Amino acid sequence: MPLRETAPKLPPDQYEKNFAEIAPTLTPRQAAIEASRCLYCFDAPCTIACPTHIDVPAFIKKISTSNITGSARVILSANILGHSCGRVCPTEVLCEGACVMHEKGEVPIEIGRLQRHAVDYVLGHKIQLFRAGAPNGKRVACIGAGPASLACAAELAKWGYDVTILDRDELPGGLNTYGIAAYKTRAADSIREADLVRQLGVKFRQKVEVGRDVSFDELEKQFDAIFIGAGLGETWALNLPGEDLHGVYGAIEFIAKTKVQPLHEVEVGKRVACIGAGNTAIDVVTAARRLGAETVYLIYRRGEPEMPAFAYEYQLAKQDGVSFLWHTQPVRVLGSNGAVSGLECVRTQPGPPDAKGRRAPALVRGTEFKLEVDMVIRAVGQKPVTEFLRAVKGLVLNEGGTVKIDARHQTGHPKYFAGGDCTNAGKEVVDAVADGMAAARGLDAWLGSPR
Amino acid sequence: MADLSVKFAGVTSPNPFWLASGPPTNTGGQVMRAFDAGWGGAVWKTIGDPIVNTSSRYGAIDLNGVKVMGFNNIELISDRPTEVNFREIYEVKKRYPKNLVIASLMVESKRESWHEMVRRAEDAGSDALELNFGCPHGMSERGMGAAVGQVPEYTEMITSWVKEAAKTPVIVKLTPNVTSVTHIAAAAERGGADAVSLINTINSLMGVNLETFVPRPAVAGKSSHGGYCGPAVKPIALHLLSSVAKNVRIPTSGIGGIGYWNDAAEHIALGASTVQVCTAAMHYGFRIVEDMIDGLSRYMDDRGFKTIEDFRGRAVPNVQDWGDLDLNYKVIAEINSKLCIGCQLCYVACEDGAHQCIEPYKASAKKNANGFGVHVPRILEEECVGCNLCALVCPVENCITMKQVETGRAPMSWNDRVRQSAASRTPPMPSGD
Repeated sequence: MPLRETAPKLPPDQYEKNFAEIAPTLTPRQAAIEASRCLYCFDAPCTIACPTHIDVPAFIKKISTSNITGSARVILSANILGHSCGRVCPTEVLCEGACVMHEKGEVPIEIGRLQRHAVDYVLGHKIQLFRAGAPNGKRVACIGAGPASLACAAELAKWGYDVTILDRDELPGGLNTYGIAAYKTRAADSIREADLVRQLGVKFRQKVEVGRDVSFDELEKQFDAIFIGAGLGETWALNLPGEDLHGVYGAIEFIAKTKVQPLHEVEVGKRVACIGAGNTAIDVVTAARRLGAETVYLIYRRGEPEMPAFAYEYQLAKQDGVSFLWHTQPVRVLGSNGAVSGLECVRTQPGPPDAKGRRAPALVRGTEFKLEVDMVIRAVGQKPVTEFLRAVKGLVLNEGGTVKIDARHQTGHPKYFAGGDCTNAGKEVVDAVADGMAAARGLDAWLGSPR
Repeated sequence: MADLSVKFAGVTSPNPFWLASGPPTNTGGQVMRAFDAGWGGAVWKTIGDPIVNTSSRYGAIDLNGVKVMGFNNIELISDRPTEVNFREIYEVKKRYPKNLVIASLMVESKRESWHEMVRRAEDAGSDALELNFGCPHGMSERGMGAAVGQVPEYTEMITSWVKEAAKTPVIVKLTPNVTSVTHIAAAAERGGADAVSLINTINSLMGVNLETFVPRPAVAGKSSHGGYCGPAVKPIALHLLSSVAKNVRIPTSGIGGIGYWNDAAEHIALGASTVQVCTAAMHYGFRIVEDMIDGLSRYMDDRGFKTIEDFRGRAVPNVQDWGDLDLNYKVIAEINSKLCIGCQLCYVACEDGAHQCIEPYKASAKKNANGFGVHVPRILEEECVGCNLCALVCPVENCITMKQVETGRAPMSWNDRVRQSAASRTPPMPSGD
């Protein structure tokens, strides 16, 4: 079934241009010059700020000495997903935000781009930096093939574990492959990164859903320990009338199309409304504009200062010509012939403070208005995979439905460890990597560190 | 407006800025363009029996992305016939009578040859002569250049031959590739030289290509040592200049690492009457002289110096033997925590590379604009020896300063101690207090 009205097709080569990497790669000389700006701080704030504590001054120094392979080794030994983190990390609130250059009144070192420079080099030249450790006879299963699982699996494989990743998707990489704007990272890059983990002897079983295709009991029999890196599930519903109309999508579902389909084949409405104002919402509205949508609304029930997206992300959306409707809440999706034709909204104003002290938005009667749109995208966060998790006996869940873990990432069932979005309700890729590595250490300690 | 003109060994230059003998002064066309740009004088590319040069012939080292911090060459003297050079000198002088053209000369070590060359240079209209006793490569292997300038007796002898024939001032250019440059300068003075210029280039290999194992600059898979110059050599030039300024009476022309007016002013403060520039002009062209003149004029105006002589040599008395320095003078480092950016380079430098007098940050009260802690370290004042290292490595201007502290002790140098202990017959050991 078609959308009511789709955006006119762009010239064929325009799609690739629109989704080209925003920050172009550095030439070797640019990288060397940028690297030489680094002061080589002692006990560097950037390293402290990084959830995976990459030794940033060390890898940058190596770029300035043309030891690019050595530089990538420093990065990837701290963070096997250094490739995607160099692209998708919100560096301005992590390493680059902590850079001493801010205090010096200069622009911070472009740590993210330098990281990409080094990691791109070893991936491009197919340089294998790590090898599997001598087998220790222990078997571990990792559920999910996203950043947390990949990081956990890589770490364990280096120590000699026999690791199998079980993932329900066709392609490995999790949200890196399916859920992050294409101009930040391409699915192919994410898959190439998963290959680094494969090179360590980790086995990948794609399109396998644990609990359906293989039971938890079987896993527990076959493996000495299990890591759950299942991430989050579907986007929360809006619970609005008309939400079942054709043309209403979840954010990840929409972004995934831009990652796995040829860009010119991705259907987009002429007018698009996106509900929510987080970083994923930004990925949605920028993608919609870059695919040719003429009018794109970002609808948020609070004001601009409360917007959860990073400043840098907001900037991107503004540059892409997105219209922001602050203090606005959708009340009904309108349709004609089964397809989305509009969105009825109402104005809000800050109401009394909620339990957390945030002023909850209150609807303002009589301010209802209609937007003519052909597509509505929900970007209001993803649900935890509560049902899936409940199937594991002994697993304890937090109030919000995430997995409860202890300091070494062990769950209520001692054989299960967990990390990433399924434990923290959704953070950055780099946080998931840090979690996966921490869980690997916890799991290794629990198994008596047989390496 | 300060008067930049200088009298140098009997000739007057509109300003102290000369182009040194080298590629920028190879032809009349270049020298005339240089004079148009504002250069006061030009020492012509050394004239002698024409040579054949190699290809390639220059090398450079870069530092952290900054190009040509150091430069070297294996080029020889002029590869053009002497009569062409002299004819062009004549043409230049005819059009630019107020600018100085100094003929740099190098011939085989025969009295008649030198007499002949001096006569021809002066006939062409040269204002002065510079004897190239310093070229460190190629020519020295043929008994010229540094082969003369490294032996005081040869320097004195050939200088005296030149003086027999010369009517214009004779400048002897000194090589730094000797144990003591003052011996050579004194020999030139004994030989009758009217001035010395220094330094010529320093023996060097610019590096090795680690793929081919051929040093730079490469000539058909081989290389040879060449003359090193550029910004990196200024400290060496300043030291040798100051030691010559202290030991000879004749004027000096300073050469080595001059790219800006302040480099020139430092050479002048250490005694140079004129300065010579080559590498910077090779890097950026003749136009650099505009700011050299402008900057030096403003500097002099700001301090009330009316002429170059008002500050020339003013730093020379402040260059002393180590034994005469005051051992009771003490400075300690002070960190301005407001300016500190928290790189802790001072801490690691002091801890690993010096005297363990800085404590790393413990808790950062200071936050940057993004809310991240700024790691301000702390000077252990009672431990600080006042070495300067922290202040030198600190990337923020004026963040670490060296503050003088009163020791309550009268000035006392090592030589004072030796003299005192000789009088009291106690061993001359420092007290360590």
